[in-house]
Amino acid sequence: MKSLAELAKIREQMRDKISLREGSNSTRIVVGMATCGIAAGARPVLNAFVEEISKEGLAATVTVTQTGCIGICQYEPVVEVFESGKEKVTYVKMTADRAKRVVAEHIKGGKIVSEYTIGNTKA
Amino acid sequence: MKELSLNILDLVQNSIKARASHVEIRLEETVETLSFAVIDDGCGMNEDMLNRVTDPFYTTRTTRQVGLGIPFVKMQAEMTGGYLNISSRPSALYKTRHGTVLKALFYKNHIDFTPPGDMVSTIMTLIQGNPTIHFVFFHTRPQGDVFLDTHQIQQVLGDIPLNQFEVLTWIHSDLQQQYAKQSNMI
Repeated sequence: MKSLAELAKIREQMRDKISLREGSNSTRIVVGMATCGIAAGARPVLNAFVEEISKEGLAATVTVTQTGCIGICQYEPVVEVFESGKEKVTYVKMTADRAKRVVAEHIKGGKIVSEYTIGNTKA
Repeated sequence: MKELSLNILDLVQNSIKARASHVEIRLEETVETLSFAVIDDGCGMNEDMLNRVTDPFYTTRTTRQVGLGIPFVKMQAEMTGGYLNISSRPSALYKTRHGTVLKALFYKNHIDFTPPGDMVSTIMTLIQGNPTIHFVFFHTRPQGDVFLDTHQIQQVLGDIPLNQFEVLTWIHSDLQQQYAKQSNMI
């Protein structure tokens, strides 16, 4: 195991941040993580979202969660973005690179990456 | 699936759906074989369900009528000359020590053997999505063992959730260090 002292240091650094993060989440990114999603490549997509959200300093307002099969397996990996007061956006056939672009342009920039949305993609 | 680590990620979703609070993932490698077990303390299955889970046309999901998670693993194991077996103690019959044990064995030298792949990413994904589940991970290999127990980590962290990015990063590099250190010893 890596040094637990290092982990204890992380705890000290996180203490103040955590209270800030709680309750202020307004955006939810949901990645489908059932057999269909996993087989199609959902794992690297999820991990890319987690990493980018943290890198861009968005962890206070954005949460990344996982869900089961959404029912449109032919479009997996599927990612849904819920922003308060806005209509849900469904991104399909996602990759880690596409996830990076969605974070930069949509989550951070506020502009939906329409070429990756379900309405603009063939099954 | 391209990697067994993806099958394992998928199988643990069943444990999560069975409301397990403790999930153990054990991989054991010898020169010739790789076996893995997923052991949970979830609600378990009765005999009828247990007999049907390897059938691709059985699923608990409601979005469609096919469940391929367990059948995939069974096929991948049997293609190498190995096997899959599942035993379960349903909570409806057993108040204590209920849950499910799924075990699969693969012969590594068979041409159809699926490589284990990126177990570190699978563990990260599981912890990210389920920070309150107690995960124990063992990977026993000829070149040395890899081990993780989220309970140990949670004790150091106190009330900081395991799925904070900084914590996940620590777990990631911890596991990678364990894998790297031991492969140098061959």
